[in-house]
Amino acid sequence: MLSRTADAIYWLARYVERAENVARFVDVNFTLALDLPNESAAQWKPMVLTTGDESEFTDRYEDFSEQNVVRFLTFDRENPNSILSCLWQARENARTVRDTISSELWEQVNHFYLLVKNASKRDVIDSSHEFFAAIKQASHLCTGIADSTMSHGEAFQFARLGRTLERADKTARILDVKYFMLLPTSDHVGSPYDALLWSALLKSASAFEMYRKRFRAIHPDRVVEFLMLDPHFSRSMRFSVKGAERSLRLITGGDESGYANPVERKLGQLRSELDYADVDEILKGGLHEYLDGFQGKLNEVGGAVYESFFALKPVKA
Amino acid sequence: MKFKDYQTDGFYDELFEKAGVPHEAAKPLVAKIESLPKGDLHRRQQAAEAAFLQMGVTFTVYGSDEGTEKIFPFDIVPRVIQPADWTQIERGLKQRIEALNLFINDVYHDQNIVKDGIVPGELLNSADSFRPQCVGLTPQRDIWIHVTGTDLVRDDAGKLFVLEDNLRCPSGVSYVLQNREVLKRTFPNVFESMNVQPVYDYPNRLLAALQHLAPVGVAEPTVVVLTPGMYNSAYFEHAYLAQQMGVELVEGSDLVVQDNFVMMRTTQGFQRVDVIYRRIDDDFIDPKVFRKDSCLGVPGLMDVYRRGHVALANAPGTGIADDKAVYAYVPQIIKYYLKQDMILPNVETFLCGEPKQLKYVLANLDKLVVKAVNLSGGYGMLIGPHSTKKEQKDFAAQILASPRNFIAQPTLSLSRAPTIVDDDFEGRHVDLRPYILYGEDIFVMPGGLTRVALRKGSLVVNSSQGGGSKDTWVVTSKEAGSSQTQPTNSQTQTQDVTDA
Repeated sequence: MLSRTADAIYWLARYVERAENVARFVDVNFTLALDLPNESAAQWKPMVLTTGDESEFTDRYEDFSEQNVVRFLTFDRENPNSILSCLWQARENARTVRDTISSELWEQVNHFYLLVKNASKRDVIDSSHEFFAAIKQASHLCTGIADSTMSHGEAFQFARLGRTLERADKTARILDVKYFMLLPTSDHVGSPYDALLWSALLKSASAFEMYRKRFRAIHPDRVVEFLMLDPHFSRSMRFSVKGAERSLRLITGGDESGYANPVERKLGQLRSELDYADVDEILKGGLHEYLDGFQGKLNEVGGAVYESFFALKPVKA
Repeated sequence: MKFKDYQTDGFYDELFEKAGVPHEAAKPLVAKIESLPKGDLHRRQQAAEAAFLQMGVTFTVYGSDEGTEKIFPFDIVPRVIQPADWTQIERGLKQRIEALNLFINDVYHDQNIVKDGIVPGELLNSADSFRPQCVGLTPQRDIWIHVTGTDLVRDDAGKLFVLEDNLRCPSGVSYVLQNREVLKRTFPNVFESMNVQPVYDYPNRLLAALQHLAPVGVAEPTVVVLTPGMYNSAYFEHAYLAQQMGVELVEGSDLVVQDNFVMMRTTQGFQRVDVIYRRIDDDFIDPKVFRKDSCLGVPGLMDVYRRGHVALANAPGTGIADDKAVYAYVPQIIKYYLKQDMILPNVETFLCGEPKQLKYVLANLDKLVVKAVNLSGGYGMLIGPHSTKKEQKDFAAQILASPRNFIAQPTLSLSRAPTIVDDDFEGRHVDLRPYILYGEDIFVMPGGLTRVALRKGSLVVNSSQGGGSKDTWVVTSKEAGSSQTQPTNSQTQTQDVTDA
């Protein structure tokens, strides 16, 4: 397929996934605020840190109030990573490839964008839970529609590559910021709030119920292990990277015994690193350092995807 | 909503012979609409609009930030074309396209038509759309014009005329296909009972016509649609046609010339392209040959084309035949190449480049429509009866500065069709743009884009000037190959259809 088309489909999927992730953790924080005692009201600053857009925020907003943060993350058109901006970009990408994706997928992405755009006309988000739930569902619909209306050929695999890489990145970010934020508040340890906050972290990744089934009791190290290394949970970093690698191999036709281009090499390395990782070792070496390194490597994978498949080399006359 | 108060006001009406009396072919439609419960038509109109928005059937509006996309205004009351009229249209268009194709070929080769004194050489040499770069070129299968959208109008007697030919990158066909999809949902029963000729196979026909152009020896040609990009106002159409044909939609930057072939950049490396349905004007397709500053096209494309390694539809240079001054000679062109009389007449046209005709035009500016020969989309026009003295004076100055660049036509009192306006039907002026494909043979899609001047009294139907559209139903009678049981129209009409 055309390089440009592959590029657009890859980013279409990434932006939809990004919008969904932002919706998920804003929603969880809203709910958390209701459960927490007033003096330790939900912290909104880490929400912004999670997205990596802190300076973007502080340039234009006075403080990390709930209202400011929610606006910044959902409807702020100037924030390229707000839900509205992500969906605008997803839709623009979908528009450039509507000859390649199924009409059903195009209509869903279009509908998704219109849903959020219409909501943005009101200043306050009424019934926020319904709103964010609708966003998550719309994103799941995109994935499901792509799965059941498109050939599982190259275009589909580029979408899945984009989606899984984005997902791995977002899980790592949520884990990084939340862990950092939760650990120091040791006065909460053992209190009802401790379980509440760790549960909130799991819920930000829609992982709470699945975690319960796997480990039952909420324990910080196990939460970290689950979100990083669980081989079966679809939002764990390991599972996502594995999914990305599978799509990549389906695109290139290569098997897992070696590599034919920089993406296969980098992604294969990252996958096997996670396959053989041990959570206690990681925690000993510093979780933040590990996650930081992981995100760096994911960025390199993204760069290599661009170089190998999308880069338009200048035409020599 | 009922038609009981609907007046034709002395205009030819596309649905009614006179107030209260629908044309034979439109009777089932009118009866259906009359039978709808109060408010139902409005509901259907809204549902249709919502469907367009949901499907993202929109066009880009330049210069506005927020709502850069709008749905093309659309009226759900279709326009019905009677069998006899369609027969004339179909035959007339085939004749016209065949002759114009021969004309273009002649223009870029021997110019016999000039040598024989039919068309003045000066007319060709002075045309902006003449491409010296195309002289001596022979396109695949000798076909220059693969896709045409010809604008037709009717006068107050109901007589059909060709208003202009669009031979370069005519757009709008995607709206015809989408309008039909939505109308089928809007009026399913009446649609079935009227034997409306289908339009859905246009993309198939287009693909076949394009594949027909494949360079020699290429059994399974790679066909692409070349678009200027998503900010082009017709981008939706480009994407839609590519999707419906199952071919790649490419931009200039996706293509590159290598070793005398056009290649596209894919994730698996370079892949050869054989046929390009280009939706970019001549001026922009190859900066090495045409405009140097264009970054929309492909450097070196024309060289590959000249070698016969890639086909372009429409061929570069076709614009010479839709120059509005050349248009005035089409009756002679048909006569010269086909030895036939024109089936679909031209509108009477005065060439400002001819001193006598110029004099007449200047003296009658208040009665004529004056058009710049190289502009389209309703730009560069003076509509005499609706203009002020000052506008006429300004226009006269422009005409005198370059007479060759203007033509004038009498104002036709265009036919009208009932259109929903608030809670009632009002007559609005319409034209018709059928689409013609020239591949193995010439095919006229049954129907076309009916454009409506939505503003009361307006004669301008262009979408860029506040026009909208309607679905166009070409109805056929029972004997013409349908198994429906609808009573047939008159005997003559039946014969006309079978003759076609």
